[in-house]
Amino acid sequence: MRRLVRKIWRWVEPFWLILSRPSIHFSLGFLTIGGFVAGILFWGAFNTALELTNTEKFCTGCHEMHANVYQELQRTIHFSNRSGVRATCPDCHVPHNWTDKIARKMQASKEVWGKIFGTISTREKFLDHRLELAKHEWARLKANDSLECRNCHSTVAMDFTRQTQRAADIHARYLIPKERTCIDCHKGIAHELPDMTGIEPGWVAPPEVRDQRSSLDGARDTLQRFLADAATR
Amino acid sequence: MRQHVKRFVVTVGIAACCITVSTALAAELMSLRGSVGIEEEIAAPPIAPDVNDDQRRMRNYPEQPPVIPHQIRDYQITLNANKCLSCHSRQFTAQSQAPMISITHFMDREGQVLASVTPRRYFCTQCHVTQADIEPLIDNEFQDIDSLIGAERGAAEEGAQ
Repeated sequence: MRRLVRKIWRWVEPFWLILSRPSIHFSLGFLTIGGFVAGILFWGAFNTALELTNTEKFCTGCHEMHANVYQELQRTIHFSNRSGVRATCPDCHVPHNWTDKIARKMQASKEVWGKIFGTISTREKFLDHRLELAKHEWARLKANDSLECRNCHSTVAMDFTRQTQRAADIHARYLIPKERTCIDCHKGIAHELPDMTGIEPGWVAPPEVRDQRSSLDGARDTLQRFLADAATR
Repeated sequence: MRQHVKRFVVTVGIAACCITVSTALAAELMSLRGSVGIEEEIAAPPIAPDVNDDQRRMRNYPEQPPVIPHQIRDYQITLNANKCLSCHSRQFTAQSQAPMISITHFMDREGQVLASVTPRRYFCTQCHVTQADIEPLIDNEFQDIDSLIGAERGAAEEGAQ
């Protein structure tokens, strides 16, 4: 162990000696201001590159994305609608928050691997992987409480009176009490669905309460039952 | 000479009759385009929005596939998934409170009842369609069986009196 440390130190020592000594040729002003400017340039370049890889054009640059998922997106309401607001790939698939975004970008290195080795290079391979890929996205959106949906669709701004009675009831029953999240019900809104055998719709109650009347109740009924229970005790 | 004149008059008379009849027929045989010439292009009427009020509509005859009283935009009905069945299938109707697909949807063509929806009834929009609030292009004189029976009965009663 000690020998290993000594070996590493032998490598690191010359660099450390340069770094730990004051500069001989460059002024303090040059080093501080120059360092600051270089920092700005580096940070700017880094963010520019990050933004460049965060566009629909970049995503659909690969034929895997262009021939499969991009074609499907074009038929949906997130691509073409009356008000002309369009969701691009990164709007839904990359977190907008900086740290989360960097984490997702690091995860995406696996996708570079997949691109190089042609994991989904043909339509058949893509269809074979579709369920697995979809499950990754469902799990990610479930875990972050459908954060990417909520970047545009906020619960607070949702006017239930402008929805159909059915939609308003379901949102009031599941979304508002945070019992379910967007992706539980709204799967396959921007792409075609994989084989959904055995994947239940989001509005289904757990099997143990499915037959009971209470499984249809909203938050208000739950509260009333709780209060009635408390009163009798 | 007289004969010639007579023949000419008769020929002209027949031709005139033919033209009047054919123009009258042409006026009757107007296409859905209206009286717009074949060389002209007419602007398509705007697409009407689908009825979306969730109110069940009466069926005109018992075998009629019920119409869909809600929007179905972007509902996927594919080999992989059927969005309609996520509410209307037997196991999900308790939660969704949607009408269940009828027993005929479980029968194959021999009348054998299957465990789940039969492949020949899987594609919902082959029979079930959404509705739009628009003027029909052609008047429909369909009468349902009750009004037919009622009319007949009324006529019979009048006859008896």
